[in-house]
Amino acid sequence: MRSMVRTAWLVTRKDLLVEWRSRVALNQVLPFAAIVMVIFAFALDRFPGVPNPEEGSTGSLLETVAPGLVWLATLFSLLLLVQRTFAVEREDGALDALRAAGVDAAAVFWGKTIALALQLAVLEVLLLGTAVILYAVELRWSGAVLLVTTWLTATLGLAAVGTLYGGLAAGARGRETLLPLLLLPVVAPVLIGATRAVEAALGTGGTAIADGWPWVGVVAVFAVAFGAGGTLAFGPLIDE
Amino acid sequence: MLALMEDAGFVIGSYVATFGAVAAYAVYVLRRARRVTRRLPDEAKPWT
Amino acid sequence: MASHPATTTTSATATGGAPPATSAGTATRATRLLGALTLVGVAWLLLFGLVLSPADVNQGESVRILYVHVPSAWLAYLAFVVTAVASAMYLFSKRHSLGWDRLAGASAEAGVLFMAITIGVGALWGRLTWGVFWEWDARLTTTAFLLVTYVGYLAVRRLGGTQHQRAKRSSILALLAVLEIPLVHWSVKLWRSLHQEATVLRPDGDVKMDGLMLFTLFVGIVAFTLMYVWLVIHRQRTLAAEDLLEDVGLDLAIDARRAERVAEVG
Repeated sequence: MRSMVRTAWLVTRKDLLVEWRSRVALNQVLPFAAIVMVIFAFALDRFPGVPNPEEGSTGSLLETVAPGLVWLATLFSLLLLVQRTFAVEREDGALDALRAAGVDAAAVFWGKTIALALQLAVLEVLLLGTAVILYAVELRWSGAVLLVTTWLTATLGLAAVGTLYGGLAAGARGRETLLPLLLLPVVAPVLIGATRAVEAALGTGGTAIADGWPWVGVVAVFAVAFGAGGTLAFGPLIDE
Repeated sequence: MLALMEDAGFVIGSYVATFGAVAAYAVYVLRRARRVTRRLPDEAKPWT
Repeated sequence: MASHPATTTTSATATGGAPPATSAGTATRATRLLGALTLVGVAWLLLFGLVLSPADVNQGESVRILYVHVPSAWLAYLAFVVTAVASAMYLFSKRHSLGWDRLAGASAEAGVLFMAITIGVGALWGRLTWGVFWEWDARLTTTAFLLVTYVGYLAVRRLGGTQHQRAKRSSILALLAVLEIPLVHWSVKLWRSLHQEATVLRPDGDVKMDGLMLFTLFVGIVAFTLMYVWLVIHRQRTLAAEDLLEDVGLDLAIDARRAERVAEVG
């Protein structure tokens, strides 16, 4: 067990080091996510809305759908990050070498998942900040706990399912287009749940904070299910 | 009366679409079956 | 190697015998009978669905659409269950027989076909009864999700590699889908239950059927089940032939060439 944790940590460290040295997520994925947030406005900001100074809202459509847009931008970025992390593996046959060396596949799975989760978490915080600026989203302290919990569980769930399906459908030629087709439907519960939870945390459309917690439950179950599923299935999936 | 005719159109359309799709798939299955099994000797086929 | 089919061929041609008999197609007496029964079933469905059964008190003629829509949905679900079970059998049985994987694949194809029909025909029915082609309620949304998921499953089956690689990948994917479906249904149900007011205004989708209408529905289910079985048997046999061809195809070509040379020389 301890060696598994140590192995996973080594894989996480490797993935983060690769990103640190190449800065692909920083230089490419992050700007992509920002651009996505901008072009959402081009497509959707049709209704300037009636400002409600009492509630502090601009009443615009963008502000109302901001939580959903943030998670959409996150999902698109997830696709890129997963492709990237598995392209790195397949390039030099690193994954196969790891397996041939007898490294526990579950450890590799968790190592990659944690590394992906960390990058994703940073991305999401930045995206929320972008939403505050671009969509006039207002944060409130009362929703902080709900917001942070949602952020952590959703990120973990997305990273787990991304790593799992990435092992199947990413990084190899002729497979890259398969990843979005497989992954986007699968993450539907997270998109639905995390959006509703953030809406509750922010008070969008008058949603109460208490309404958000059942949604965190949904997302948490998803994270546990695919954490377990990934632990079991990642090995057989990459053993080719 | 017009509503009835629109209804009838949708009903007929549904049946045509359904059996048309199944028939098209069946044709595909049978044609592919012929193409593939043509090159196999009969002894090799598990169902003969 | 001893049971290698090519050895039969080789011995036949090595003794200068005629090239082995080969008939095209995957039909047998049983499937021809099944096919005939299926056509009879479809004819009955057309008769009862379009002519003999009465129009509904509330929905009028549009209820006739349900006689193809509901059986189609049932068969789609059945097909996906078969895919899941067959995938589990492949993964967890000792022999890992590829026959299970081929059954899973054939059934998934039929499932996608029937699911697409269900959604398309359902949209027409919805247009007549509710006035809209689509609604984002729990059932419909989960159905759309199912369709997309199994389209993805079929795409993964085409990724290439050895037959066992294909089987392992697909089976795992099918079982992950089984894990995922309740999650999706639960989250969508929770999501759409927020919009209770909308459902109150819309008439209930479940029609009360009795007598002749129920019988017609039953005929529909029987006819569609026959269709499903016929399709899967043929498709599965073709997949078996394809796999076999992949294994022995080269040997057969070599034997055929050898037979040609024997004929040339002799």
